[in-house]
Parts: sequence; structure tokens; C-alpha cells
Amino acid sequence: MPAPAPQIVATMPRVRLMGLMLLFLGPAVAIYTAISIYPLLATMQLATYRTTPTGASYFVGLANFATLLTDAVWSQPFWNAAWNNLKFFLVHMLVQNPIGIALAGLLSLPNLRLRGVYRTVIFLPTMLSVVIVGFAWNLILSPLWGIAEGALKSVGLGSLFAPWLGLPSTALVTLALISVWQFVGIPMMLIYAALLNIPDELVDAARVDGLGHFRIFWHIKLPLVAPTIGLVSILTFVANFNAFDLIYAVKGALAGPNFASDILGTFFYRAFFGNQLQLGDPNMGAAIATVMFFIILAGVCVYLFAVQRRITRYAF
Amino acid sequence: MGRLSRAGVHAVLIAYSLLAVAPILIVVMNSFKARSDIFGSPLSPPNAQSFSLIGYSKVLLRAQFGTWFANSLIVTLSAMALTLLFGAMAAWALTEYRFRWTNVLALYMAIGIMVPIRLGSIAILTMMHAAHLNDTLFALILVYIAQGLPMAIFILSEFIQQIPQDLRDAARCDGVPETRIFFDVIAPLLRPAIATVAVFTIVPIWNDLWFPLILTSSSSTHTITLGVQQFLGQYITDWNSVLAALSLAILPVVVIYIIFSRQLISGLTAGAVK
Repeated sequence: MPAPAPQIVATMPRVRLMGLMLLFLGPAVAIYTAISIYPLLATMQLATYRTTPTGASYFVGLANFATLLTDAVWSQPFWNAAWNNLKFFLVHMLVQNPIGIALAGLLSLPNLRLRGVYRTVIFLPTMLSVVIVGFAWNLILSPLWGIAEGALKSVGLGSLFAPWLGLPSTALVTLALISVWQFVGIPMMLIYAALLNIPDELVDAARVDGLGHFRIFWHIKLPLVAPTIGLVSILTFVANFNAFDLIYAVKGALAGPNFASDILGTFFYRAFFGNQLQLGDPNMGAAIATVMFFIILAGVCVYLFAVQRRITRYAF
Repeated sequence: MGRLSRAGVHAVLIAYSLLAVAPILIVVMNSFKARSDIFGSPLSPPNAQSFSLIGYSKVLLRAQFGTWFANSLIVTLSAMALTLLFGAMAAWALTEYRFRWTNVLALYMAIGIMVPIRLGSIAILTMMHAAHLNDTLFALILVYIAQGLPMAIFILSEFIQQIPQDLRDAARCDGVPETRIFFDVIAPLLRPAIATVAVFTIVPIWNDLWFPLILTSSSSTHTITLGVQQFLGQYITDWNSVLAALSLAILPVVVIYIIFSRQLISGLTAGAVK
């Protein structure tokens, strides 16, 4: 009789096991380490150096971070971008995720016809490139074309129209709402999948007790999908604090008007590559990337230690 | 549910669906119209009188759409295939050949799920320059493999754990070598997980602007997303061209999405539940 197989692996000569590990893990670990982890560490290291105009670089410790946070030339745009980024995130949390939850709730109603069609159509914008979506909305909201204005006029609200993308007071929120429009499909799908996983017995018991669809959703289903809502929130956080494409496509690297739509991603890009106003500075760019890393890390830690632990996980 | 509230639910869903497709529809519709009709009657579909392909002919003349499209295909498909191969191999080793550092290694590989690879862009750019890989599709493929691996390993590990232990053991008892157990026995069983991994790799790669923007400089290595972005910036006042370029970027994605939407959505939800 041959020995049971787990023991075959366990009793494999150590050299052979190491050989197999190397063969199977080697490519993934090598590429991931060389192109994802090492550059991240190298960027952090670069952030602690300063380069002279002659090309020599020397260690300056945390001086670049001090410059970023206190020297008005850097700190003013940094806090502007950080604050705008927070607003960008809050619009997603307050608009995208509630709409996503509501749509998921409607789609998971029993015996709903055309469910698949709605799901496919509402998810469609998520598949498109942010660049394409940004430009399409840029045209639609343009006063030149007048589609948005015409649509408002047709319902008697024509006076509400303004070139939202062009005004400093509304550009950022408008861009955030374009992003919400595009990505609402993600919370919708994730929460919809979680809702489908709730066992029927739980819902049936409530129905026998005479609860309506809305109260079943609010009091029973929603608490059960809380872990998924937590997951959606952290995914939104990471994506928002790493966003760049939409602002760059619609407003360019200068994130106009007058930096009103500047977020950390565009600020980082300008600092590193330079623009019409200043030369590129790799060290300061690396410092900004490092700060972004710590912001994202802080968000992930809050999620892992505070949110995920408190939420009861129901094992179905 | 009462008939009235059922109608209400459909009304809400129909309204939201319209909101989701209307902007796309307006752009595509107007791309087939002459300039005067784009502005004169933006909401009416093209008819015999307003129909015009002037935008498309201008775009195809001025832009290298074919090249960009091919570049995007090469980059996306190569990166996806290699992410799947290396990801499945790593997931297999991490679940099957357990040793003292397996959990640490698994955690290490998971960092990339939450920490965006973009934050290391400056060093990536420096490295690619040093290796003379800047402005090549190969650089993009490497970056996207590194970007996709953490999620692929995570999903595929969950999947491999569900494959019955007996299956590998039976093969081992027959003396089948380990490499063949993976490639001949396990790999074919991973097919259902491929849809899930594909959704999480293909879409972000195809739509990415950041890495093509910083890693490729000549038009012949642009991907479709970067190519269209640059083209639009250049011809922003030529509405026919802009609308046609947008439509050329939108239509293939929409067609592929509609064909595969069932698999895509089941792949996405399967990944979500795990």
C-alpha cells in the first residue's frame, strides 16, 4: 500500500520540495518583487534624497516631507489636493455607495423580470475607460453643445444650468459625480452578490412574521451584507486616493480651473514630470507618492482593525 | 409585492438604466452625423439626410487606430495569459507545498491587492530606462503582470483549495511527476476561475491611462486609451473627429461586453463572494 499522499509531500526530500517551490513560485515572486515591491521601497528611499542641479544626490532624511508640509510653495497645493481628494472620496461614499446598495436591493427582489438586462445595462459604463467617459461627459455638459442645458430646459429647470466643469466651485464635485456615474456598478454588483448569498430561511421567517420587502431589506438583509459594504468602502477609498485618469483626461495635468479639481494623483504627476509652471522634481514626487502610500495604508489599517473586526461575520 | 409597487420598481430601474446608457448613446449617435446636425438636433438619431461618416474618415486618416488597437490587444492578452500562468503556479505552490514561511509569503503577495503599484511609478520608470525597456510594450506587459498577480493568486488559491485532495493524491500514487500533476490534472480544473481572474485583469489593463502615459512616448507604442486621449487633446475643436474617436473606443468594448456579459458578471460575483 502506498503511503497517504499528504505524507508524500511531507516526506519529499527537502531539496526536491525547495526545487518545486522555486519552479512554481519563482516567476510570480520575482516579477512581483522586482516591479511592484522594490519600486515602492525605492520610491520611499528616493524621497529621502535631494538632487542638485549638477545631478549629484545626497541624503536629507525627512527634509522633503518637511518641505512638502510646511513650505508654502509645496504645502499650499498639497493641502489643496489632499482636501479635494477627501471631498472626492466623500462624494463617492455619500452618493455612489447608497445608490449602489439601493440598486442591488431592487435587483435582488424575488421574481423580478428583466433582472439580467438591468444588471448588464447599469454595469456597462464601468467597463469603459475613464478617459472615454470623462470626454463624453465633457461634451455633454459643454455649454457649446447644450445637451445638458436642453435637457434641463425641457423640464423647466433651464435656469439651473451652469458650465459646471468650468467653475471653480463646482468642477470637483461634477468630476466626482461623473466618476460615481461610471463606477456605481461595482458596489451594486458586489452587494447584489452578497444579497443573493443570504439563505432563504432567514428571509422566509421574516416574511411569515408579516414584514414587507422594504423592512426585510432594511432590518435583515442590510446588516447581513455589512461586511461587503465595508469591503466596498475600502475599495472606494483606495481607488479614490489613487485616482488620476479622470481629472487628467478632462482637466489636464493642471487640474483647473485654478487647481480647483487637483487631487493627490494629479499633484504627484505634476511634481514628478513638471509642467508649464515648474520643472519636474523626482525627489518631491517620490515624497508625495510616499505620503499617498501612508494615507492608503492608514485607510487599509482602519478597515482591517476597526471596521472588519467589529462587523459580525455570519457563516452561512 | 403589489402591482403598483412592482411598477414603481421597474420605473426606477428603467430610469437608472437610461441614465447609464444615454451619454454613451448620444456620443455614438452623433458620431454618425454631419457637423450642422450634431449641433442642430443633438438628440435625434442620424437619418438619411444627416448621416455622415466624415468624422470616421478624418480619424482613420489622422490617427493610428489600428496600431493602438493591436497594441492594446497584445499588451492585455499577454499580460492576462502570463498573470494566469504564473498566478496559478504560485497559488498551487502556496496551497500544496506548505512549509514554514508559506503564510508569510502568501501575505507578502497579498500586499499588492490593497497597495496600488502606481505609487512606485518613479522607480519603475527609472528601472525601465536603465533596462532600455522604456517605450516598449514589453515594459507595459511586465508592469501589468506585477499589478494583476496578487489578486489572481488570491482568487486561484481559494479555488485550488476546493479541488478534492484525492485527485492529486491518486496521481501522486501513480507516480506522476509534480509538474505534470499541476499542468495535466490541476490546470484544466481551473478553467471556471479564469473568468473571474480575467475580469479583474483585462478591464483595468485595457482602460489604463497612467502606465502608457509614463512608459510609452511614441505614437506607435500607444495603447488605445492613451492614443485616443492624445488624439482628443489635439483635435478637441473638431467635433466630428472627437465623437468618431470616442465611438471607435467605445463600440468594440460594448460589443465584447454584451457578448460576454453573462460570464463577466458571474466571474465578478464569484470573486466577490469569496
